[in-house]
Amino acid sequence: MDYLQYLRLDKMPHIWCDGCGHGIILKSILRTIDKLGWDKNDIAMVSGIGCSGRTPGYVDFNTLHTTHGRALAFATGLKIAKPKLHVIVVSGDGDAAAIGGNHFIHAARRNIDITMIIYNNYIYGMTGGQVSPTTPSGKKASTAPYGNPDMAFDISRLAQAAGAAYVARSTVYHVGRTDKYIEQALKKTGFSVVEILTPCPTSYGRQNKEGTAVDMMMYQKSNSVSIERAKKMSEEELEGKIITGVFVDKEQECYLSRYNEIVKRAQSIK
Amino acid sequence: MEKPNPNIKMWQGNVACAEGALAAGCRFFAGYPITPSSEIAEVLSRRLPMFGGKFIQMEDEIGAMGATIGASLGGVKAMTATSGPGFSLKQENLGFAAMAEVPCVIINVQRGGPSTGLPTHAAQGELMQARWGTHGDHPIIVLSPCSVRETYDMTVKAFNLSEKYRTPVILLSDEIVGHLTEKVEVPPIEELGLINRKKPTVSPDKYLPYEMDETDIPAMANFGEGYRYHVTGLAHDETGFPTNDPLKIEAQLERLNRKIDRYRDDIVEIETLYTDDAEILVISFGSTARSARRAVANARKNGTKAGLLRQKTVWPMPYREIEAIGANVKRIIVAEMNLGQLAHEVEWAVRRSKPVVRVNKINGEPITPKEIYNSIVIKE
Repeated sequence: MDYLQYLRLDKMPHIWCDGCGHGIILKSILRTIDKLGWDKNDIAMVSGIGCSGRTPGYVDFNTLHTTHGRALAFATGLKIAKPKLHVIVVSGDGDAAAIGGNHFIHAARRNIDITMIIYNNYIYGMTGGQVSPTTPSGKKASTAPYGNPDMAFDISRLAQAAGAAYVARSTVYHVGRTDKYIEQALKKTGFSVVEILTPCPTSYGRQNKEGTAVDMMMYQKSNSVSIERAKKMSEEELEGKIITGVFVDKEQECYLSRYNEIVKRAQSIK
Repeated sequence: MEKPNPNIKMWQGNVACAEGALAAGCRFFAGYPITPSSEIAEVLSRRLPMFGGKFIQMEDEIGAMGATIGASLGGVKAMTATSGPGFSLKQENLGFAAMAEVPCVIINVQRGGPSTGLPTHAAQGELMQARWGTHGDHPIIVLSPCSVRETYDMTVKAFNLSEKYRTPVILLSDEIVGHLTEKVEVPPIEELGLINRKKPTVSPDKYLPYEMDETDIPAMANFGEGYRYHVTGLAHDETGFPTNDPLKIEAQLERLNRKIDRYRDDIVEIETLYTDDAEILVISFGSTARSARRAVANARKNGTKAGLLRQKTVWPMPYREIEAIGANVKRIIVAEMNLGQLAHEVEWAVRRSKPVVRVNKINGEPITPKEIYNSIVIKE
């Protein structure tokens, strides 16, 4: 396929560091869109702030780079105003689960027809490697020099509990699966979430001595456990493992469909 | 018996605001419950779907402001409404709307502050926040109604100005005007002079969303209509993409701030009463202007040459009008339910050439005509 038709080449080079996994995720998104054959005019990509937030600037869609954590709020208004748009939100772990956490759980509860791709690299990369809500407990960050005292959020479980129609987790090492999950998410009517673990060798890797980008991806390879296999494992065995797979895939009426019923009801009142 | 006129309504200010929005073509509202503005959301949750519009109660004030901007980018006239604490929460995304030049209307039904303050009582403490609440130099238009009918008219005007100038417009109401019930004769829709945003006339490959043309107001394409462009809160150039080039940033930010200043004559509206020969000028806005109007009329009845300047437009501040009318008077009285936010601007407008007397109140009670009257007739 021709990736270039989807990219704004004059905006390159991108800002992502050597070894960052974000470009791998972007390619997965573009491959999937190409496979689905969507018209570029019908796609809106919305982001918040952070390394992930720069993605829309590089792609030739209707693109909106909003304020920190608020991408879903803007996307919600946009989707309601223009339902024919395929609205894709890209976000990071800090953007989605910290400052934007409220919008995240409520978008899931509302089941609005938006796909959210979350680039989870366990760290605030752009601002210099501060601790994030997914930084594992005990790991170091520039604002957790003695190790992270907090517990980490499990973003996929959070989305599942909040009511999303589709939730899956993958890593940038598992490209084939990532493509499949993004495809399923984009096809899903309702709120769909794909959480993708992506290495940040510059900030997270360096501060936690996790080696090169390749080392970090090899870690993803050797420590990922499918959700099916994880069900047969004990809590001790799952310590430090990355559970990947489809957490939720269900049919439930989306927000706009329910609201269209409200419009009909309101208009039937004389 | 005479047939009742269906265009005559007994409306509360907040209801008139909601109905004015519908008349202006608003088809999207995102809100969050907060006293004393909630009636606007309640009315629109019932009325918007009747017009095929959409109402959404968001998870918080910040989200409501974000959704409002998102809907506007999708090509729908959009509004949110709030009060004091909620207005504080809206500031970040309000700045985004100003920076990215996305038309939208924000209603602030002011209540007592600071903080949670007085949820069910009136104040006018957000005169300055409405102008400078979000960070950085930015343009803004702020209108302030003093009656129910004017709330209707000004909500329509707020949409018209926001569409015309690609800018957020704030309607600065207050608890008194918002909860006041008055007779309103609803004007025919043809009289409202509805304005819609200027759309691009060039092909998508030639479109510059932040073009520096002679009008200073770039044409706006809606998302999903063939113009694939980029919108960001980052400093950007004519193409909409972020830039670090100081010359391009300067050019854009200067245009952004200039676009309201240069059209201020089209935007600024004041009401004057007995100002031709006035020796004492009362300046006020919003619900307090009702008391000011009565006080001035009473002073005239008793032979004191008082006049009134009521600001319908709060920002841009009508400095020129204040200066011109203020030049001929001996004394200026500024009545407002805060500790002198407008008085400070008035002092600046008349270059401190006249005594500016402040009539202030921040205890939740309205300023009475008597309080302003006493200040008019006092002998120095």
